[in-house]
Amino acid sequence: MNIRQRIASTAVTVVNRASRMAGRGSGTVVGGKVGLAIDATLLSGLSERRSTVLVSGTNGKTTTTALLAAALGTAGPVASNDTGSNMPAGHVAALAARRDAALAALEVDEAYLGQSVESTEPVGIILLNLSRDQLDRLNEVRKLAERWKIALADVSSVIVANAEDPLVVYAARGCANTVFVEAGLVWNQDAVGCPNCGGHIVFADTWSCDRCDLEQPPARWRRVGSQIMAGGEIRGDLRLAIPGSFNLDNALLVVAMAEMIGLDLEAVLEALARVGTVAGRFERCQIAGTDAELMLAKNPAGWAALLDLVAEDSNPVVIGINARIADGADPSWLWDVDFSQLANRRVIATGDRWRDLSVRLDYADVEHGCEPNVERAIESAGLQGQFVSAMGNYTAFGDMRKLIK
Amino acid sequence: MRIVTVYPDLLGTYGDAGNGIILERRMSRRGLDVEHVGVDSHGTLPRADLYVLGGGEDGPQGLAAERLGNDATFQLAVAEGALVFAVCAGYQILTRSFVVMDGTSRPGLGLIPAETIRSEAARAVGELVVSVEGIAGIEGVVLSGFENHGSRTQLDANVTALGKVMAGIGNGTEGCEGAVYERCIGTYLHGPALARNPELADWLLVQAGAGSLAPLDDSRSLDLREERITWALSGKANGREGSAHSR
Repeated sequence: MNIRQRIASTAVTVVNRASRMAGRGSGTVVGGKVGLAIDATLLSGLSERRSTVLVSGTNGKTTTTALLAAALGTAGPVASNDTGSNMPAGHVAALAARRDAALAALEVDEAYLGQSVESTEPVGIILLNLSRDQLDRLNEVRKLAERWKIALADVSSVIVANAEDPLVVYAARGCANTVFVEAGLVWNQDAVGCPNCGGHIVFADTWSCDRCDLEQPPARWRRVGSQIMAGGEIRGDLRLAIPGSFNLDNALLVVAMAEMIGLDLEAVLEALARVGTVAGRFERCQIAGTDAELMLAKNPAGWAALLDLVAEDSNPVVIGINARIADGADPSWLWDVDFSQLANRRVIATGDRWRDLSVRLDYADVEHGCEPNVERAIESAGLQGQFVSAMGNYTAFGDMRKLIK
Repeated sequence: MRIVTVYPDLLGTYGDAGNGIILERRMSRRGLDVEHVGVDSHGTLPRADLYVLGGGEDGPQGLAAERLGNDATFQLAVAEGALVFAVCAGYQILTRSFVVMDGTSRPGLGLIPAETIRSEAARAVGELVVSVEGIAGIEGVVLSGFENHGSRTQLDANVTALGKVMAGIGNGTEGCEGAVYERCIGTYLHGPALARNPELADWLLVQAGAGSLAPLDDSRSLDLREERITWALSGKANGREGSAHSR
């Protein structure tokens, strides 16, 4: 780092420490912004002599980054933006706070991948999936895939990419060091129009375009249940403490990356098994005297996966929906979620946009109560001493976490 | 009545598939006979009384226009008076031409005499409030929705707009939003449009031949619309959505 970058880096940690002491949240973005204002090249400076792996995609970023940080941790200290601040200011803060760490696991907002690749010169990039989310900010998901493709065109990093997502494959297939993994796709409604030629992507056992050569590439890595297969060989077993088959897919991507960058697979699998609650997801807690489990889903793909996970349950459900900046200002996506499976459960609608949710639930014939206050909603859902599944989109989930006693 | 949601795989990006669900429920809740199907773009469209098109991205929009242009059943049904309700990219397809990602113009179906053109202005993203003018049956109703589009639509002189813009951009020309021409209704309202605007839903059903409709309890939808309109007109919408909404 040059002198200016050193000063900027020190400013980041000082400001963040002050911000935390003043009780203004976890203090990550504010210091990062100050540092970047002093020196716009700070992220490059902080990335020098560090081996960085990036994680990006619509769903699973935070959990995959936590799994990745655990995997990298088998080789030494790791810097990671584990608060979910996944834009440059958050990256700067995470790296400045851990100057000692030779390794870094960074979660990257999908719209910032190109910029982050350029600044951090990563050894590896994990690409999860792309689907509709925050359309007011990210606009069209196909344009994101195009930007990824341009950003990745000349990189020599190891790219571990989900072979089952046409938009991810479109972005990553031309790169020098791409390894494909069968990592699932619960939602293919955003990948029907071919990103390459505008033709029709046909999904069968594998997918292919009916007009051009874009098709599902053979994957080196896949899994059978929790069993890991690489090139046809059994390579071990994923034993995760966190729920959901989608998290087995996320872990598989991390395992593939770990092997590509030379980590010991057995140690990595042990480290992955020790990862518990990630940033509140599936956290069991008490809110307003009610036993609850917190669940996060931010977009139709995330909700499809979450509702599938809880399909057999019958306990009360609280659903919180906000449309703040981090959520996207337009909750129309609620109509892409099939809530009808909740019809026989006690359901309470809450959050800033409970009215949007209430109209949606009504047309899905899901009887429900409405309580704008999140705490009272959880309390009333659990009045009979029942365990409550409290589901929220991004900031609604954050509001629920703040209520944990 | 048969309602067909057209190509939800291509024109379903912004939750507009909800419009078909809502129309179907508003018939069945009144005990009226209704069939609602969504037909993906690799299928052929059946005859219908009401075709519903949603928003979509540029690439899929081009594909949808191409397939619709070649669908003889759809062409015939529309020629014989089927109603078409189209939102955003679907609306643009109904005009004579629209613009895709690389800036080139593509031929539309020409069912609405209008041009959709690329705009140099910022993308229109935010709450859209529209006062209906000159449409018997819903005259004076204030509609609410969320818009998200880059292009603008210029109506020919013989086409009635759906209404006047009170907040947002809409067509982006002459302060108007949407179009009503013969049996086609186009709009930039997402939300989806019919979730917030039950009068528009029932007006479409009547136009499509539902006969007279008994009232439903629409208090949830009307409360939601009031909340969104109050928010949009209070100016709170301006900070975040920037220049696109500082009219």
